[in-house]
Amino acid sequence: MTRRRAFLAGFGGALVAGGLRAQQAGPDQDQTGALRDPGAAGRPHERISERDNAEFITAVEKRMHCTCGCGLDIYTCRTTDFTCSFSPVLHQEVLALNDEGKSADDIVTAFVAKYGEKVLMAPKPVGFNIAGYVVPGLVILLVGGIMFAILKRRTRVLAAAQAEAPVAPPMPAGASHAVVGAPPASQAELERLTREMQEFDQ
Amino acid sequence: MTILGQLALWTALLVGLWAAVVGFSGRWHGRPELALSVTRSVYALFAVLVVAAISLWKGLIVHDFNIEYVSSYTSRNLPGYFIFSAFWAGQKGSLLFWAIVLSMFAAVAQWLTPARYRALMPYVAAVTSTVTSFFITVMLFAANPFARMHFTPPDGQGLNPQLQNIGMVIHPPMLYLGYISITIPFAFAIAALLSRRVDAGWLVAIRKWTLMSWLFLSIGITLGMWWAYVELGWGGYWAWDPVENASLLPWLTMSAFLHSVMIQEKRGMLKRWNMSLIIGSFLLSIFGTFITRSGVIASVHSFTQSSVGYFFLGFLIAAGVLSFTLLYTRWERLEPDSQLESMVSREAAFLFNNLLFVGIAFSVLWGTLFPILSEAVRGTKIAVGPPFFNKVNVPLGLLLLGLTGIGPLIAWRKASTANLKRQFAGPVATGLAVLALLLASGMRNFYALMSLALAGFVAGTLTQEFARGTRARARMYAESIPIAFGRLVARNRRRYGGYLVHLAMLLYFVAFTGYAFKTETEATLRPGDTATLKSAFGHTYTFTHMGVSQFEQLNRVVTQASVQVSKNGKSIGVVNSEKRQHFSEPAPGVREKSFEPSTEVGIRYNLQEDLYIVYAGSVDGTEEAVYRFTLNPLVVWVWIGCLVLIVGALVTMWPGGVVSGPVRRGQAGYEVQLAGTGQ
Repeated sequence: MTRRRAFLAGFGGALVAGGLRAQQAGPDQDQTGALRDPGAAGRPHERISERDNAEFITAVEKRMHCTCGCGLDIYTCRTTDFTCSFSPVLHQEVLALNDEGKSADDIVTAFVAKYGEKVLMAPKPVGFNIAGYVVPGLVILLVGGIMFAILKRRTRVLAAAQAEAPVAPPMPAGASHAVVGAPPASQAELERLTREMQEFDQ
Repeated sequence: MTILGQLALWTALLVGLWAAVVGFSGRWHGRPELALSVTRSVYALFAVLVVAAISLWKGLIVHDFNIEYVSSYTSRNLPGYFIFSAFWAGQKGSLLFWAIVLSMFAAVAQWLTPARYRALMPYVAAVTSTVTSFFITVMLFAANPFARMHFTPPDGQGLNPQLQNIGMVIHPPMLYLGYISITIPFAFAIAALLSRRVDAGWLVAIRKWTLMSWLFLSIGITLGMWWAYVELGWGGYWAWDPVENASLLPWLTMSAFLHSVMIQEKRGMLKRWNMSLIIGSFLLSIFGTFITRSGVIASVHSFTQSSVGYFFLGFLIAAGVLSFTLLYTRWERLEPDSQLESMVSREAAFLFNNLLFVGIAFSVLWGTLFPILSEAVRGTKIAVGPPFFNKVNVPLGLLLLGLTGIGPLIAWRKASTANLKRQFAGPVATGLAVLALLLASGMRNFYALMSLALAGFVAGTLTQEFARGTRARARMYAESIPIAFGRLVARNRRRYGGYLVHLAMLLYFVAFTGYAFKTETEATLRPGDTATLKSAFGHTYTFTHMGVSQFEQLNRVVTQASVQVSKNGKSIGVVNSEKRQHFSEPAPGVREKSFEPSTEVGIRYNLQEDLYIVYAGSVDGTEEAVYRFTLNPLVVWVWIGCLVLIVGALVTMWPGGVVSGPVRRGQAGYEVQLAGTGQ
């Protein structure tokens, strides 16, 4: 009985151990299991290297649009839209230009030469493009300036007219409130004024 | 049902045209039965369009794939709520949605508008019916949702996986509600011009409509941001895409209107400007629809390019020319009742706030159209992306934020130096204290410093306004502070609701500022491997890949990658990110993959920073997974800001709140002191 148990335990243990070894020794997988339906997990992905994440590379890629039409920059597209076939290629081009020792500006210039100005995330502020950057600000400044000048003049004219207005005559009988410089008003009018001034600021 | 739907659309067109022609012709003057006919036509238009809508929904629900629209946007295994929302997922259905909602708003406007505006209502009906008829015309002649195919496919193409999200069930309707409801204030403005009743009456009639429209737009835009954030997986929520910009434009002009209308109500000024803003907002809502549906500007949001763009362009031009011509003919009648008395007054602050709102709208429009302009002038295609818009609009946005704090501090008509000192001391000190704290903590990003310091200033203003009002009320009525606070808000709903909206804007700006400090990295991990990332707040996050599992769920196969997350060495839980492969089932037991696999982001929300984990895919079909880890500071405050905005807008819109007699006199802090009264 004891011997049989020992045998079964040993046999079972050997089977489990064998299984574990088999799992660990899978073809180039170490302890990594295979997916039941790899096609459902999207396109097979390459391993990310240190260079893919390098600050220089990501910074350059963020200055340029992916050409797939998504509107995102190359870095964001390649790390977001995993169905895009353009951004991985563009990424490889950036890496290749970097391998040639090109600076960030040189890489961007090379991309503009190849794909046109529309590859830039924002147009370079040269020539007609300057209008793109400065027109909104200039229009606001211009309109604001004109508005300020007109309003300033109007308020000055209004103030002058008020200063020239005749001084209020003495209070009529029955009026209990006095407001300096105000025209005569009855009790009812003053109460209405009080009420409306309170409403005014609500 | 499609025959019924078609019939309903043609009937709706006839009814709409009748209401428009009779309403505009003015033949109802002195003929109450004709005026009544116009009003009833509006109700009938709504009823007939409900029939059309039910017909389309019926087709969607019973999977009538012979209807081209049903076949294009649904499939047999699409979950029920997405079948419901497929109504507005495509061009044709969304046009019908637009028409039915507009007809509903038009009917509600006719029903609820008080009798004292009776003279305006036939014109209002004419305008709303014209716009509705336009949408019906577009459907009947260019984008018919009831169009049938020559064959019946066994299954539909299904709904784009990115639209299979709760955000897309509610975001488009909200945005549409905002766009569409602008038509009602526009209709009242045109009615006021046509009837020459351009006093403040029409403004009172549209007060709630404009607020509601603005609220729907705000919610719609924010829901769109939320959808982009949770569904698109690029780690952000606003990309300055032309369609996003198009939704922002009417929001900006409506915001300007909500401020400037107060000047007209209180001082009788800016009548022409307010008319222009309402007309402009309506035209911008049509412009947004034109951009989305014409394909004139490349956008990921656009519907398929089709001929409807020409319809919208024609309508936009016609509406613009007619409206502004009408405004020009009534120009003399829109003389202001009073003048600005001082450059240091709340009126002046509102004017500059309007300048900024409209200026930003112009700047966004300019940037959106600049590629077309550049191509026309230079013949070179360019693209205008977020760096451009940020460079141009961030300074303007900061100025606007500053004015949010300045406006409430300045008195109406004219502010004295003593008043200014008293009002500004606290808020300015708060702003400077925030600035000093941030500098001391090592922040050196200029725009972030300015944004947060200005947010501090605005917070100071709002706190001061609430505190002074509450304190004065508590003192005057011997109320406890919570009761005084509650009554202060309840009895000055428009004012304090508006302040809550300002608070919401402050939260939005703080959240936008946080976006400048996001950190991200990519990593390939085997089960058990870890990656680390340091956040802007100085926390170190460790991500341990646990494994990848696959399972079936609804109409998709889900591949789920799990990550154990630790913050500063302490475990904070597991975050899952998914790839979803949708499939259709054209016949029992037959399964076909539909669309490319989509990504579901794993997000762990936090008041400080969100963890944003994207499972990019697997290496060689194994559990070795590629991830993108992003730490997004303060994003959650966008969503909280939206909730505060909704509360603020609802407080402002809530009926009542006007009290009389002694209570009104006690509205804290704003009593008028007259010489000799001691009051």
